[in-house]
Amino acid sequence: MEIKTDTINSLKLNKNTPIIQAKNVDVFYGYKQALDNISLDIPENKVTSLIGPSGCGKSTFLRCINRMNDLVSICRVTGEIKIFNQDIYAPEVDVVALRANVGMVFQKPNPFPKSIYENVAYGPKIHGLSSNKSDMDELVEWSLRKAGLWEEVKDRLNEVGTGLSGGQQQRLCIARAIAVKPRVILMDEPCSALDPIATAIIEELIDELRNNFSIVIVTHSMQQAARVSQRTAFFHMGNLVESGKTKNIFTSPKDERTQNYITGRIG
Amino acid sequence: MGISQKLWFTASDDVDLLLKGSVDLTTQEGDRRISNLEINWIAKLKKSGNTRSHFNKKFFMNGDSREPELAGILSALVGSILTLSVCFFVSFPIAILAAIYLEEFAPKNKISSFIEVNINNLAAVPSIVFGLLGLALLLNVFGLPRSTPLVGGLVLSLMTLPTIIIAARASLRSVPPSIREAALGMGASPIQATFHHVVPLALPGILTGTIVGMAQALGETAPLLMIGMVAFIADVPSSIIEPATALPVQIFLWADASERAFLEKTSAAIMVLLVFLILMNLLAILLRKKFEKRF
Repeated sequence: MEIKTDTINSLKLNKNTPIIQAKNVDVFYGYKQALDNISLDIPENKVTSLIGPSGCGKSTFLRCINRMNDLVSICRVTGEIKIFNQDIYAPEVDVVALRANVGMVFQKPNPFPKSIYENVAYGPKIHGLSSNKSDMDELVEWSLRKAGLWEEVKDRLNEVGTGLSGGQQQRLCIARAIAVKPRVILMDEPCSALDPIATAIIEELIDELRNNFSIVIVTHSMQQAARVSQRTAFFHMGNLVESGKTKNIFTSPKDERTQNYITGRIG
Repeated sequence: MGISQKLWFTASDDVDLLLKGSVDLTTQEGDRRISNLEINWIAKLKKSGNTRSHFNKKFFMNGDSREPELAGILSALVGSILTLSVCFFVSFPIAILAAIYLEEFAPKNKISSFIEVNINNLAAVPSIVFGLLGLALLLNVFGLPRSTPLVGGLVLSLMTLPTIIIAARASLRSVPPSIREAALGMGASPIQATFHHVVPLALPGILTGTIVGMAQALGETAPLLMIGMVAFIADVPSSIIEPATALPVQIFLWADASERAFLEKTSAAIMVLLVFLILMNLLAILLRKKFEKRF
């Protein structure tokens, strides 16, 4: 069975069923094991943050969720990741449709060197989401409004996206991701290249977006994880050490390694 | 009858040389191409104002000729243009697609690295070898018409292929991976990511490489000699399957001609060739300047 946009959107899950279920996921880069037996559930319409020291595998795990790791030829993934009860590593899964449902925002803002309008309209265009120009205009405006960028760029939609400031570029990337109306948005350290003010704007935006999307965010900053996420998973050296409600992880961690990391002793 | 009319004639090249002072008048009359009587006639004509010199338009409007005063570069120029067109239309699409495949889609294995090494080696093969290949394969095996721009263009495209492929690959490689990731991350297929985003960004570099390759082909002589484009062609070729010659070959022919006046033709043709080369390189620079995008 293929994952299609409309079939996925029509699926109604039980309120308590997680949107993403990872079970016994191992990832190898060549002979080197990057993730060891990860099992993690990610709930719908919440922000889940993945924290941990550099090289702990949190970005690797994130990239398994939309199969961006397929691009790395030496990367091998075993185990099972289910989105809406569908194993995304099953051979019949259409990766293109999967990525349309699981959008991604990268560490460094990477808008296409095209106009702001074209940046947002590109995804809907290739997925055939709008039939005419006025539909597309509406969709572009909706996406930019959702990303909190509309007021700043509405008079210069035809200017090049790369001419915006770093924070604006990142919000443009978020607008571009949500224009396809995915169910899940993956964010790989979206604020690490931004200044504190731009970071605050993006964090506010993430909090609003969770009403419509399920968000998984990788972050280096524990404060950020504490501020934006409802659930947190702590990775260490390729293992998932602990996961649970953000409040609990930060106030009463069960594992000693988590305790050490959040108090700044490792990392 | 009985009417006297004034007509202008093109003077022989020998007269031209005399007027330019290239004839040594101290030599014996028999050793010169121009006799004392003729020299007197010319002196008389000059005195009475019945000689004139002007810009040699015929040089650009005539084909080759045995007579230096009538010889022009038009046939060679058209031959060059036809040859280059064939070369472009054959090598450009093949080279671009090869570069895109090798850079974006080919799996990294022994076969693709073998192909890569061979392309790099191909760029270093002496051009006369390509001429031999054209002679043996295109003319003798496939029986294509001899001395034609079709065969010349095919041989030159073998030469320019590696140049364009290498330039295009370098240009594709310089597109930041974040652009590919961005496109793929929003559900573009690899083909869409490549043709919607990567190729347009790499295009200025690809075009520059192509023009440089074409300029190289324009100046190439050796392979054309091998496939017979060195013949004496007085008519302007009108299609790619008519015998033709090319600018550098024309220069080669004139430089080798025994008549002294062809020396000047050679110089003029070299200047024309250089002007074309400079124009092409200028175009390459302008294209790059105009379409270059920063990321």
